[in-house]
Amino acid sequence: MEFIKTEIRSGAYYDSVVLMHLQRSLLELPGVLDAGVVMGTDANKEVLEQSALLVDEIKSAGADDLIIVVKGADEAQATSAISRVDELIAARRGGGIEQDYRAKTLDTAAKMNPAAQWVLISVPGRYAAGVAREALGLGKNVFLYSDNVSLDDELSLKKEAAEKGLLVMGPDCGTAIINGIGLGFANKVRRGAIGMVAASGTGLQQVALRIHQMGGGMTHAIGTGGRDLSEAVNAATLRQALNALDRDANTKVIVLLSKPPSPKVAADIIGAARKASKPVIVNFIGYAASMRKVDNVTFTTTFDETAQLAIQAEQNPEAETQELNVARFAEGQRYLRGLFSGGTLAYEAQLILRDYLPAVYSNAPLDKALSLQDPLVSHEHSIVDLGEDVFTVGRLHPMMDNDLRIRRLEKEARDPETAIILLDVVLGYGSHPNPASELAPAIAKARRAAEEAGRYLEVVALVAGTDEDPQNMGEQIRLLKEAGAIVEVSNDAAARRVGRLAQALTQRGVNPTAATNPSVALEALNQPLAAINVGLESFFEALTAQGAEVVHVDWKPAAGGNEKMMDILARMKSKK
Amino acid sequence: MDIEKANDTAIDRMMESRPMLIGMGVARDVIPGMSDDLLMHAGPPITWARASGPMRGAITGALIYEGKAKDMTEAQALVESGKIKLEPCHHHHAVGPMAGVTSPSMWVYIVENKTHGNRTFSNVNEGYGKVLRYGAYSEDVQERLHWLNDTMAPVLAKAIELSGGLDMRALIAEALHMGDEGHNRNKAGSFMYTAKLAPFVAQAAPNSDLAAQIIKSLGDNALSVLNPVMAACKAMAETAHDIEGSTIVSVMARNGTDFGMRVSGLGDRWFTAPVATPQGLYFPGFSEADASGDIGDSTITETAGIGGFAMATAPAIVTFVSGKPKDAINATLEMYEITHGEHKYFTVPPLDFRGTPTGIDIRKVVETGITPRVNTGIAHKDAGVGQIGAGLVRPPFEMFQEAFMAYAEKYGFA
Repeated sequence: MEFIKTEIRSGAYYDSVVLMHLQRSLLELPGVLDAGVVMGTDANKEVLEQSALLVDEIKSAGADDLIIVVKGADEAQATSAISRVDELIAARRGGGIEQDYRAKTLDTAAKMNPAAQWVLISVPGRYAAGVAREALGLGKNVFLYSDNVSLDDELSLKKEAAEKGLLVMGPDCGTAIINGIGLGFANKVRRGAIGMVAASGTGLQQVALRIHQMGGGMTHAIGTGGRDLSEAVNAATLRQALNALDRDANTKVIVLLSKPPSPKVAADIIGAARKASKPVIVNFIGYAASMRKVDNVTFTTTFDETAQLAIQAEQNPEAETQELNVARFAEGQRYLRGLFSGGTLAYEAQLILRDYLPAVYSNAPLDKALSLQDPLVSHEHSIVDLGEDVFTVGRLHPMMDNDLRIRRLEKEARDPETAIILLDVVLGYGSHPNPASELAPAIAKARRAAEEAGRYLEVVALVAGTDEDPQNMGEQIRLLKEAGAIVEVSNDAAARRVGRLAQALTQRGVNPTAATNPSVALEALNQPLAAINVGLESFFEALTAQGAEVVHVDWKPAAGGNEKMMDILARMKSKK
Repeated sequence: MDIEKANDTAIDRMMESRPMLIGMGVARDVIPGMSDDLLMHAGPPITWARASGPMRGAITGALIYEGKAKDMTEAQALVESGKIKLEPCHHHHAVGPMAGVTSPSMWVYIVENKTHGNRTFSNVNEGYGKVLRYGAYSEDVQERLHWLNDTMAPVLAKAIELSGGLDMRALIAEALHMGDEGHNRNKAGSFMYTAKLAPFVAQAAPNSDLAAQIIKSLGDNALSVLNPVMAACKAMAETAHDIEGSTIVSVMARNGTDFGMRVSGLGDRWFTAPVATPQGLYFPGFSEADASGDIGDSTITETAGIGGFAMATAPAIVTFVSGKPKDAINATLEMYEITHGEHKYFTVPPLDFRGTPTGIDIRKVVETGITPRVNTGIAHKDAGVGQIGAGLVRPPFEMFQEAFMAYAEKYGFA
């Protein structure tokens, strides 16, 4: 039989909403047909009356009294329900996980995490470019995991990024390590001094983890997306990343990795790598390098070898690097002048210099088109063989007589276009007994004269001899160094050294893209990683687990995926 | 044309508005365009045929109050014959909660915007339970209406004048710091309102008994300030209307059948879509099955940056949004996703006094799919019953899509 059970609690105030909630909880209890939990105001009592719950016992309740009334299917159930009121009120308090606000848009996420330098995007491909564009608009670097992004979109995104000094890793970039934090799929790799740029996701992971296994570690591993080294994209991201790692003081060795690249782009990138101030290990799958090692660039063919050589290069960095200080040269100083006494040394130098300089003139050229019109007058980059007949008529060979070379040295040093002078100093039986005693003072004088004229003259001396030669090789080197010359003991090393420098001097100020586009801010790499994740929640969880400051966006396609409206929104934004 | 600038202008005008409650008057004397054959109602335009139960009940009640009809049949005949016209409150710078039906003889609050000079109006709040605005029109409802209008209003009008006017923006700002969000919870605001007017009611009333009755009526009704608050919000929001190129919503209102909206840069066109049924908590004996469709002009509060948008300030009513205080915070945080700015004067203590999300941008609604959150009372679907609960509702998304496309066409983005 239906039964109405009531209770009045005097002076117990609850907000009406809490009470309405309590009432709903009561209604959910078994055997409860109706329930009312209200403060005893007249208006509330009227409401109870409408539902036939205003029984006599509670009519006297006042505005400060809490009325609890339960209509049960029988007395037991009504009583049981009303006895649970306190429990139900208590259940409302505490308990339950309170969820932090989830941003719905990138804009909001950026406000929530203003330190974020990176936006990870893993939304379906057809929306990804739009999200990436928004991220670039907010001044964020992009890790673009999504695939199925069109080539046109990739080009326009990378162009915009370059103009803003931001990086776009991807599209289809599965992995990266920034400042010790793995993005996307990434192994936990030791921090270290090796930086990597890779157009290959699994390649990046394999090399990074082998470096770790071999005891090395990474600064950053920057992904570019698989198409970056195609002719169309022209390594837009790789160039930026290489430049950033070259400037990054924590990175001592750079690894460049790519799936089979466009040969043209690869050659261009190797040129850029050779200008880096650090050892660069290059593993471009399927790219046939003409030699194993050029300057600071070493070519490898397997991931293992890449990891191994990177670690080796990190362990003896001195041997690998040469600081190219072009700033100390005066503006007009551009050319290399080689003054050789050894004819085949001069030939080999010309051969090696082809790697660096488009044209080197000589009185003994490898290519007739590069003949010096007058062997006595240098033209642009020149290598002069002073042992040629034209110079030796009526005098001793320059290996024995330094006079002619010293005069030529003085002449070249006076030329305001001369930047570098390369000399060979050939030791051994038959040669001058102490060539440095004459050449060193001449070098010192020439350098001084240049300095007085406001120039800097680099003199590189190739000392060709053994420590058992009668001239005392150590003493010869000491004298030359004292005079300010840089000494090399192999013709290859000497030619490459001057070649790199001459190349850098020739290219001074002729790189318009580097001049107009800002470079990537190193803070993006070296500050504690803070990011916004748009898309796969697992990436958010992984970043959080690694201690990064991440905000996740509960992303949905704009305008519910209605393409017409998305287009209009984009048009409105572009008019901003 | 710069959309962002247009929207800056729109919300600056809205926020810099200074609505003052300056007095009261009889609708036919003070509301522009009011006439003896006109009833104003909440929401976009409506006909009898399409009107919901509570709207029909309120129209009937108002016509009985005016002495023009005895029952619903007569009321229906008057309206259907065109002898009595129906027009939205919003067409007359007015707003009314729930059915919002305001007839020529009813007293209304007058709010004047000291910044821009516009005047807005709202009727008198009847309290909870069986009331006209929820479609109840029985004899006791009539009696209450007569007391409010014939007895209380003239005294209250004089008291407001004696007070020199109430600064509604300041009152709302303070109430937000006292647990009100200005739409469903107006407890603190109503107490402040009562406290500020009580001395002047005492002065204005012909005798102390009446003064006591009026002060008690204001003080007992936790919604007594709702109507002046709504008129204040209308005074603020309407200054954001008609800004060339602006995508800011300047009106949201429901008539129980349709949800209607106006957009600043799209003139006086109403964008409408069928209303949803609010989700919420119900009074004893009622459930969602009894609920009327969403109704009332009180969404003007959300339009002006309070109400559901300021949910984070009102943890006491958080159960409307399903539970924990953090849900209230999240409710407000979500609204920042679709608003153009943050209010200069209405701030949220739990969010470190961040300004409330202000100025709904139809572009952002369409882009994110997030529709505004509206806190609301729930009316019974049948005329004559009254309020049966309170809860949360969201306007229909398609209304925003329609407005968005209209904007794109008008401004050459389509």
